[in-house]
Amino acid sequence: MSKLYTGAEIVFKCLEDQEVEYIFGYPGGAVLPIYDELKNHSSIKHILVRHEQGAGHAAEGYARSSGKPGVVLVTSGPGATNVVTALTDAYMDSVPLVCISGQVPTHLIGTDAFQECDTTGITRPCTKHNWLVKDIKDLSKVMHEAFKVATTGRPGPVLIDIPKDIQFAKTNYSKFKKEKKLNGKIHNKFSQNEIDQLIDLISKAKKPVVYTGGGVINSGPEASETLKEFVRLIGFPITSTLQGLGAFPGDDNQFIGMLGMHGTYEANNAMHDCDLLINIGARFDDRITGKIDEFSPKSKKIHIDIDPSSINKIIKVDLAIVGDVNEVIKSAIKKINKKQNGLKDSNKQRISKWWEQIQKWRTKDSLGFINSDKEIKPQHAVKRLYELTKNQDTFITTEVGQHQMWAAQHYKFNKPNRWMTSGGLGTMGYGLPAAVGVQIAHPDKLVIDIAGEASVLMTMQEMSTAVQYNLPIKIFILNNQYMGMVRQWQELLHEKNYSESYSEALPDFVKLAEAYGCKGIKADNPNDLDDKIQEMLDYKGPVIFDCHVDPNENCFPMIPSGKPHNQMILGPNDKEENKITGKGKSLV
Amino acid sequence: MPSPKSAYSIPTKKGKLDTHIFVVWVDNEAGVLARVVGLFSGRGYNIESLAVAEVDAAKNISRITIVTTGTPQVIDQIKLQLKKLVPVHKVADFKREDKKVIFKEMALLKIVAKKKKIEKCLKECKKFNPVILDKTNKSVVVQITALRRDIDKMSKKLKPYGLTSTSRTGAIAMTRGAETFK
Repeated sequence: MSKLYTGAEIVFKCLEDQEVEYIFGYPGGAVLPIYDELKNHSSIKHILVRHEQGAGHAAEGYARSSGKPGVVLVTSGPGATNVVTALTDAYMDSVPLVCISGQVPTHLIGTDAFQECDTTGITRPCTKHNWLVKDIKDLSKVMHEAFKVATTGRPGPVLIDIPKDIQFAKTNYSKFKKEKKLNGKIHNKFSQNEIDQLIDLISKAKKPVVYTGGGVINSGPEASETLKEFVRLIGFPITSTLQGLGAFPGDDNQFIGMLGMHGTYEANNAMHDCDLLINIGARFDDRITGKIDEFSPKSKKIHIDIDPSSINKIIKVDLAIVGDVNEVIKSAIKKINKKQNGLKDSNKQRISKWWEQIQKWRTKDSLGFINSDKEIKPQHAVKRLYELTKNQDTFITTEVGQHQMWAAQHYKFNKPNRWMTSGGLGTMGYGLPAAVGVQIAHPDKLVIDIAGEASVLMTMQEMSTAVQYNLPIKIFILNNQYMGMVRQWQELLHEKNYSESYSEALPDFVKLAEAYGCKGIKADNPNDLDDKIQEMLDYKGPVIFDCHVDPNENCFPMIPSGKPHNQMILGPNDKEENKITGKGKSLV
Repeated sequence: MPSPKSAYSIPTKKGKLDTHIFVVWVDNEAGVLARVVGLFSGRGYNIESLAVAEVDAAKNISRITIVTTGTPQVIDQIKLQLKKLVPVHKVADFKREDKKVIFKEMALLKIVAKKKKIEKCLKECKKFNPVILDKTNKSVVVQITALRRDIDKMSKKLKPYGLTSTSRTGAIAMTRGAETFK
């Protein structure tokens, strides 16, 4: 008879077979058998967080920067409910997570036992799928299927709820064989006919634009290389969503900046005026489209996505290609090279006028701001941070708000998986724990969380994790003493009634850093900024950098609510012009 | 026009609503109905009626029939979202007007009245395959099968004759002819 293993052992056997190296978690009564088993599995390292939400975001940071699924281990009841925000965040941003939660023993389920909650019920709408394992014989099958569901098709979070008696129960374990066959829920069966139509539309376009999203990143690093080749081949301008940044080099001349609510003037106008829109791995989010009725009114639209339910959800498209981004673009490149060698040159001639128009929009310099020598402008701080770090492989995470948009606008990403931000759910407090996860995946790389002082306080406890594992993350706080984005909306829409958006009684971040056992640096003078940033970069350990910035700065350009792409509010540099046309003013 | 004080866009005009019947084949496992129903409530889709039961014990398959209304775009979304659920095998979607598909609902009607009125009731039911399941001097329980709107009409009509209790199923559907949905 083969050897019998306990449920806890099987959990680790599965994790080993799935080549998991790190799990992020927090122990508790209902997962103690699994924690007890940890010592017998040296290839798996457990990272102890300070709050389960932190475990979830750290696993997200790990997953997004490494391309591998993040694994989370939490206890029942509050352990599971605390991780719900992170699961929802991962669901919205398509991040592969496998969350294992403990549950009260099966005979106590439904009795309101201590630390019991309906975990699978609560997490059903925020996971791709979840399982409550009621029979030890199902455990290994469920574990392996969980990894498959999380990582295939459009990735996302899954949860496995394991009652404590199942962790003790014994059964045998058969060695896991990695399947080559695709799972039935994956859609990668596009036809050559669709590729032909794509190329036909490309060859006819006079005013095209490529709009890429997080799907390119999720398709793997090779997809970014393929995208580069494709875009250079067809010579089209390319813009990216927040999540897609880094898939195409941010300093390339064909890249016209991020689009959407805080996107560049040239990107949004190109979206509005184009005659061909190629969406690659993006989902027409409402922060991108602005007013739906007036979204890119004159264009033929192509949508390439692995998730069939993303097609025609918000914007009706003329050609939909359901498939893996990398595969689709690769076969398009192949076809172009094979059949239409002349396309390269003919395209460039046909769209030269369009490029002239884009250059005109570019001269607006919509990301411009009025710098100061008295106060640090937040945009300036991000720009300096970029200049001082661009020569090394740097990973950036952010929290949510103005600082996030300034980071997206002014930090240029040249490689995929270097930019981790909460886009769909917009979770304040994401960046610090995400940075922990990124640093775990890349111990020798520079990891910076560009943060706001309000956001970062939501998960500040994870500094303790960073110190415990000696993770040299840099928390770069743009401290404007406001929930900046809330304040900006209140200024624009609510007659400057800054209701509850001022952060009173902020901690002294330098002392706070010292209390956690890391280094604190404060900067409030633009003249010292470079030196202080350098000091932060030179320090071999975690740093909290408290950068005091102009509290009244707003994030521009901006598409106000319910407006189409071509009606943007530009920054103060453009005020003179606005007075003449009167356009900008009427929009506020 | 006052500007909307919102970070979100204003709702656009709603298109015409169609009634559709979805037939969903799922693994008969714990929570699967909650997943399907939760998808509808979570995304703001509407459920007019629902019928579910296991249809293949060997393969452990249940068949869920859902009647819903929505714009063509929403109907399309419902179908694609349903297909994404892990325990869902296949999804069929029929328009209510579709002549190639049979739709039926069943109702149990309890009528408490004098004999004459009961007889009148049974006469009214004649079109809808009435089966008398229980009969006493003062009452009758009758089963009818019909379309939703016919049952609606019947309940209204029979009220004055002593209809005291109605129990109804959701609609179930099947295609006509020899073909089955793949």
